[in-house]
Amino acid sequence: MVENRPFLTFLTHAFLILGFVIVALPVYVAIIASTHDVATLMSNTVPLWPGSHFIENYSEILTGASAANGLPNYSHMALNSLVMAVVITVGKITISILSAFAIVYFRFPFRQLAFWIIFVTLMLPVEVRIMPTYKIVADLGMLNSWAGLTIPLIASATATFLFRQFFMTVPDEMLEAARVDGAGPMKFFWDILLPLSRTNIGALCVILFIYGWVQYLWPMLVTTDPGYYTLMMGMKRMVTVQDGVIQWQLVMAGAVLAMLPPILLVIFMQRLFIRGLTETEK
Amino acid sequence: MAGITIAGVSKIYTGGVKAVKSVSIDIADGEFIVLVGPSGCGKSTLLRMVAGLEAISEGEVSIGNRVVNRMEPAERDIAMVFQNYALYPHMTVYQNLAYGLKNRGTPKAEIEARVAEAARMLEIGPYLERKPRALSGGQRQRVAMGRAIVRKPAAFLFDEPLSNLDAKLRVSMRGEIKRLQRRLGTTSIYVTHDQLEAMTLADRLVVLNGGEIEQIGSPLEVYHAPASTFVASFIGSPAMNLVSGELHGDKLAIGPALIDLHGKAPASGPVTVGLRAEDLHLARPGEAAFAFKLDYIEELGAQRLVHGHVGDQLLTASLPTEMDIADELMLAIDADRLHFFTTATGKRIGDGYAARTPQAARQVSHA
Ligand SMILES: Nc1ncnc2c1ncn2[C@@H]1O[C@H](COP(=O)(O)OP(=O)(O)OP(=O)(O)O)[C@@H](O)[C@H]1O
Ligand SMILES: [Mg+2]
Repeated sequence: MVENRPFLTFLTHAFLILGFVIVALPVYVAIIASTHDVATLMSNTVPLWPGSHFIENYSEILTGASAANGLPNYSHMALNSLVMAVVITVGKITISILSAFAIVYFRFPFRQLAFWIIFVTLMLPVEVRIMPTYKIVADLGMLNSWAGLTIPLIASATATFLFRQFFMTVPDEMLEAARVDGAGPMKFFWDILLPLSRTNIGALCVILFIYGWVQYLWPMLVTTDPGYYTLMMGMKRMVTVQDGVIQWQLVMAGAVLAMLPPILLVIFMQRLFIRGLTETEK
Repeated sequence: MAGITIAGVSKIYTGGVKAVKSVSIDIADGEFIVLVGPSGCGKSTLLRMVAGLEAISEGEVSIGNRVVNRMEPAERDIAMVFQNYALYPHMTVYQNLAYGLKNRGTPKAEIEARVAEAARMLEIGPYLERKPRALSGGQRQRVAMGRAIVRKPAAFLFDEPLSNLDAKLRVSMRGEIKRLQRRLGTTSIYVTHDQLEAMTLADRLVVLNGGEIEQIGSPLEVYHAPASTFVASFIGSPAMNLVSGELHGDKLAIGPALIDLHGKAPASGPVTVGLRAEDLHLARPGEAAFAFKLDYIEELGAQRLVHGHVGDQLLTASLPTEMDIADELMLAIDADRLHFFTTATGKRIGDGYAARTPQAARQVSHA
């Protein structure tokens, strides 16, 4: 910025800080709450400073036999969520990079139609088509199964579209040079297209992992067997106990732990993630 | 090592655009052929059909006696250098050079030896471990050349490989390509729209216009005996002067000027006359001359280009710098340095100067 007006600087910073506080406050409250015992939390004032039950709460949520009545233990649900998120991420990327490859590099009848059909699914996210999808999954007997949990979420086009856009920026000469160099279509894909897509894949990994990790509605519909419960469902059920007190300190500890995998992934992939969104290798 | 035969090859793009029209060229083993012509004349299309990157609509392409129409580029035993180099950005220079060999199952030791040899020839040894992104344009160009030569193909195909370089580098790379091609003796087809590049590199030039061959010949043949007004205006810098004239018996009239042809008139009636700027000279005393009105002068150092008009037709002459130039000059030209073309079709009438000079004849037989 070339402007140098103190008031404007003050204003922009004020907005920035306000925005930060709005985002950070619930997280802060969750962290604080996870360090108190249930008695403190049930009294009317919300504590703003850390309490002394940190280790106790976290070890209980991680090692307890059941997160709340009727639920499997926390780490079991975390594992379910992890499996679901990873399968969705890998599945979506695999399917969409291959279909984008087909659409951009092969001439086949109805190619354009195929692209538009894929494109239209962008307008139909899971939530919109959830009832018909549920019916199909139920009819196929896929309720309470990994397939039922993941496949309907894998089948969507977001990533296909992104890969197609990226492939179209790869110069035609790259393919031609590879053909002259004796690379067949799949060899071109493995040796050249895939490495060139590295940053895009990295960025999509982060986005899709989080997408899978926070799924709530779909897992709730297709699973009735607690063995398939995911974290997001479990957390919800922990606060809807019928009788007795809600173990807020455990709910908060669970919530804080549930935030960690996406954060770790973003930190770990940061370099790729930022590059993938802002620049492309020629 | 192999010659290339292009027989009656046409390209019709979907939509009916006929980009190449029944082109036939016989290319000898080891020959350096340059396809030259204005933008959109079908040079790249023709080259890409030879490479196998574009389907051949009609006709036949053979490389070393094998008809290659239905073969994949890799099976045709050719290597191609692209205008934008098309290096693989995620591979090091070494991997770029080795990739084609690896795909062919060449033993590792052999790959190493060949890459080392190419790197030495092109002086890219120090960059073998770098990615293309970390190279200058000239260095990338060398790597692209290297990728072609490691394969030891039957033919090199170049599509305007120098057009992304600055003028100076272009001249030096031009020399290098020529030297390399001589040394390896590999049949080459080179596409360019730069007539100077074409003249300097070619054993034989193929001048294309609108998808058709205008002329095939050695650079000097094409220069001294252009087959049409198109070739005449395309090859040579400054472009050949083309003016309309009229033949009356033994005399050529260009506007008010009359030139005595000493019995060499090839036709009669209206013609298009071609005069090379360097064939025009200041008239010596007693020489038949015509009046030339000066418009402006361009200094080139060794020579100066004098632009003006004769009657109402524009003319450019290349004159030595040591003389004073007046507003009106008397110019002359030897009758056998004149080129005649029919006014209707622009086709050449009669032989060119080249065919009549021993020096040029030698050049032709050499090619
Ligand atoms: N895929 C295509 N479909 C239809 N027409 C095409 C296609 N590719 C090229 N053409 C046409 O074919 C003609 C020849 O194209 P080509 O690329 O061979 O020209 P060029 O001589 O290489 O020109 P330049 O010097 O600009 O590269 C042009 O008129 C072009 O518009
Ligand atoms: Mg071209």
